[in-house]
Amino acid sequence: MQLTLGPVLYHWQPDDWRDFYFRIADEAEIDTVVLGETVCSKRAPFFAEYLPAVAERLIAAGKQVLLGSAILISLPRERRQAAELAESGEFMVEANDLTCLRYLQGRPHAVGPFVNVYNEATATWLAERGARRLSLPPELPLPSIRTIAATLPGVTVEVFAFGRVPLAISARCYHARLHGLAKDNCRFVCGKDPDGLPVRTLDGDGFLAVNGVQTLSHTCADLLGEARALAEAGVGALRLSPQRCDMVAVARVFRDVLDGRCEVSEGHRALARLYPDVPFANGFVHGVAGAGMVA
Amino acid sequence: MELICPAGTPAALKAAVAAGADAVYCGFRDETNARNFPGLNFSRDELRTGVEHAHRSGVRVLVAVNTFPRAGALELWHRAVDEAVAAGADALILADLGLLAYAAERHPGQRLHVSVQAAAANPDAIAFYVEAFGVRRVVLPRVLSVPEIAAIVREIDCETEVFVFGGLCVMAEGRCSLSSYATGQSPNMQGVCSPAGHVSYEERDGRMLSRLGRFTVNAFGPDEAAGYPTLCKGRFATDRGAGYLFEDPVSLDAATLLPALREAGVTALKIEGRQRSRAYTERVVGGFRDALAALAAGREIDTAALADLTEGQATTTGAYRKTWR
Repeated sequence: MQLTLGPVLYHWQPDDWRDFYFRIADEAEIDTVVLGETVCSKRAPFFAEYLPAVAERLIAAGKQVLLGSAILISLPRERRQAAELAESGEFMVEANDLTCLRYLQGRPHAVGPFVNVYNEATATWLAERGARRLSLPPELPLPSIRTIAATLPGVTVEVFAFGRVPLAISARCYHARLHGLAKDNCRFVCGKDPDGLPVRTLDGDGFLAVNGVQTLSHTCADLLGEARALAEAGVGALRLSPQRCDMVAVARVFRDVLDGRCEVSEGHRALARLYPDVPFANGFVHGVAGAGMVA
Repeated sequence: MELICPAGTPAALKAAVAAGADAVYCGFRDETNARNFPGLNFSRDELRTGVEHAHRSGVRVLVAVNTFPRAGALELWHRAVDEAVAAGADALILADLGLLAYAAERHPGQRLHVSVQAAAANPDAIAFYVEAFGVRRVVLPRVLSVPEIAAIVREIDCETEVFVFGGLCVMAEGRCSLSSYATGQSPNMQGVCSPAGHVSYEERDGRMLSRLGRFTVNAFGPDEAAGYPTLCKGRFATDRGAGYLFEDPVSLDAATLLPALREAGVTALKIEGRQRSRAYTERVVGGFRDALAALAAGREIDTAALADLTEGQATTTGAYRKTWR
């Protein structure tokens, strides 16, 4: 079982972003790293200048680098970016929308968790057009994951295993709305919440996290307890999604549990220490409410 | 522009046909369509009868098989496609790539439409469906402004259909797991959003709380009507206060934009509401039929008459105006 570090979904300051990846390159037991701004095209220019150095350092450290495409593409500028990304050919692209797939067909590529792959027919159709990796939608239950993985032994099937779970994308920016700003003049207020803006119910229960145009879960995925079942189901990689915590240590916990150096229960406790105050969840993979934690 | 009307039941189909629909859309009574609600939708025989009835009046029937088939259970969705074709459906409305491939291969002459659930939001994504499956029409996601729609129409090789009235998804359709996060049931998999079986109401300290699963989605004072807890239209709290974080409890009414949508080159206007009553369907279809007649004759559209159809609910033109974002 391999480990993949998903793209940073939040608007981190460029220096933080660069330093985060430098440390991942130098220290993390991670096989594949997905880079790129996938949530909001307005943010991409901020760290564009650091991207080559980050990619170079990750590759020098022996990691595979993928570039993720935007999740929602509607503006002409975003279409151009997607086309350029697909045609540059320097790195394998992880397509998060069909826009990119149009340009990637016939060439090896990855399909990200925002393309709706719910069954073996769709997975096969994509694999026939060049998909080598499929990172499945986080809401898929284990039987569906198993069926897809069993159908495509030559494709790396990946499951979202750590981090706040992306639940929705919108044309509307909720960060801008909350601050009384227009999306076009947002002043990048999403940068104030590098781990997502907490959304509570009126009873005060943690519920969701807002990240600009994206909505994520308040809970953090923890599929340590399912890792063995996922491996047996043919899953080839677990995705760890960057949060504002020690992701090098998070990756080590996953590696230790996967390699049998650490019990699952001990792993859960370690994650709770590394990412405190946020409840963990694994409901989706069990086919129940995603916010739930099935023991 | 064609008027595409919801038919949640055989009775609503007849009402829509009588009220002047150019086409109706409907689905089977199971998880193969995105309005899988109790008491709604069609059996195979009902669909056949409904198609015959509609065709006698020159009205087309579009059948939605627009959830994403469950892995290992493709047969149910394949059967829905085959039976819709056998019943004489004029088009199938599909979202899943594998199912589009099945329909295009198994029924090469069948007209295929891309469902709003596929979230094809730009000309490249739409061209992908046209090139891969020969689709003839795309139902545009509710994330686009009218100028963006006009630009898309100029660039693509298929027809466009846009929602003009009824329920409004705030998130990009087909890409939202909020419902399954709270309940385990999602639009993509089970064809339901914020399902009634997970809804509860609780009176506490003089307020009525509406809940979905274990989450409170809204709280209403004595002077407020307690609404249904649709997740994206609930009241939530952040450090900047409590309120309708994602969207107010509004519905879509784009009646004022009909001239602009015609100018944009849109082929068809779609009314949401397969879950609504037959009487509602009749009134809304009739209202839009009048509006389109006025538009064709160069008369002013009676938008007030259409606004009455929202039953007192606040409305929005949604993403069609850029400021919504």
